[in-house]
Amino acid sequence: MAKSALLKSSIVKKYWMALTGLFLCLFLAGHLAGNLQLIFGDALQFNQYALFMTSNPAVKLLSYVTYFSILFHAIDGVLLTYQNVKARPIGYAKSNPSANSSFSSRNMAVLGTLILVFIVTHMVNFWAKMHFDKNMPVYAVTVEAMGQKQNLYYTTSGNYIPVESVGKNVQDATQNGQQIYLENGREFFNTQAKIKVSEGYKDLHKITFAFFQHPKTGLIATILYVLAMIVLSFHLLHGFQSAFQSLGVNNKFTPAIKTFGTLFAIIVPLLFAIIPVYIHFVK
Amino acid sequence: MSAAKNININLKIWRQKNAKSKGSMETYKLDNVSTASSFLEMLDQLNEQLINERKEPVAFDHDCREGICGMCSLYINGRAHGPDTGITTCQLHMRMFNDGDTIYIEPWRSKAFPVIKDLVVDRSAFDRIQQAGGFVSVNTSGNTIDANATPIPKHDADKAFEAAACIGCGACVATCKNGSAMLFVGAKVSQYALLPQGKVEATNRVLNMVRQMDEEGFGNCTNTGACEIECPKGISLENIARMNREFLKASLK
Repeated sequence: MAKSALLKSSIVKKYWMALTGLFLCLFLAGHLAGNLQLIFGDALQFNQYALFMTSNPAVKLLSYVTYFSILFHAIDGVLLTYQNVKARPIGYAKSNPSANSSFSSRNMAVLGTLILVFIVTHMVNFWAKMHFDKNMPVYAVTVEAMGQKQNLYYTTSGNYIPVESVGKNVQDATQNGQQIYLENGREFFNTQAKIKVSEGYKDLHKITFAFFQHPKTGLIATILYVLAMIVLSFHLLHGFQSAFQSLGVNNKFTPAIKTFGTLFAIIVPLLFAIIPVYIHFVK
Repeated sequence: MSAAKNININLKIWRQKNAKSKGSMETYKLDNVSTASSFLEMLDQLNEQLINERKEPVAFDHDCREGICGMCSLYINGRAHGPDTGITTCQLHMRMFNDGDTIYIEPWRSKAFPVIKDLVVDRSAFDRIQQAGGFVSVNTSGNTIDANATPIPKHDADKAFEAAACIGCGACVATCKNGSAMLFVGAKVSQYALLPQGKVEATNRVLNMVRQMDEEGFGNCTNTGACEIECPKGISLENIARMNREFLKASLK
């Protein structure tokens, strides 16, 4: 194990931990900015953003770097922990670690594991639905005209298509005599010609609100999300400033880095946590 | 300072016959310990008692008893060199303890520091790290240049001196939850990296010392900072950061 050149030395493992960790901090900041649209933006804006994040080539590249970072950060962490446990085969009968180190710094592996569990469930709940769920709802608006309510799909080109004029699939549309049917989750096809006429937005906004407003599981989901953010906060409290030390930055900027790291570790998870609380209790 | 008094204490000490045997914590009662005595004197007193009882005395490392040799070790009540900072065990005094206290005394715990007997561990892993690169090669064939003839910026000289204060006691390893030796190696690398005399061999030095450190089975640093706090000589974490920079520089060469 750990014989590859990139993992071999204890110090190189630190570099990797620091670089992937700092990249994931950048990811967190970006992800937070996107998520805050759930509070400060409307459904259309959020769904447009979600479409951009899943289709833009540059974003795609970044997302692969993110997946790699999460995986590598975790694998590197497992290797480090394994070796560190091996380095002290017999423990102390009496130990007083709080006298010289912080809770966060001593529990990075446990905190990290909890975060990994959160990331997996979080991706199953949102990311996987967005990418793979065939029954993902397509964004539609309700308009009221002359006392009548009508549901309309809103297309990426800015047009409206009445929901009742769209079939679930080509068979449905042919049976019911509908002009248009849905394909590939969010694409509108002409029933006769079978060519794409326009595209809609996957309604991630609706999925997210439904998830945290679910009458049975919404409250527990909100609580678990908040707990996960507390865990993240502790992980960042040590991780952010530690990454700079690992990369060899310990100089006149260190006090500023530590202050910024502490603020980052508190503010970012706090803002993340406010979103489901807002969705569950306020909206 | 309050006058010295005598206290009675309970001791829980790791006893291990030799490197191969399985050790265990043993309990001893020691009465009439002067609070003015040093911790090692207290252990001397215990050993007198054990010898009088025709029992095997407790083996522990010590030498200068003035905090500069790095021989004394001991993990006392869950902390390297006991409940005080900036000192070695020989500088710890019994006035830090109260009548009736139970004091745990254990050897340094690290795979790279195997127990030889009782509280004595083999710290030759540090010697091997030092031998891997912790030196400067100097021509001593009669034309040695006085070190002071080479101008060195005051700031660098001070930082090198601070790093060189490391006495190699191993408290950093003992206290680190990962059993990492990076504060020791960082200090040794820094001490030379900061000086012009050390620059010549800087690349090989850091690569070889870190390689040796890893081979000895020390753990990986996770920047908890415990070593810096427990170090009797106040060696700063800056030295680990400097080693990380030196290693990166050397790896890219």
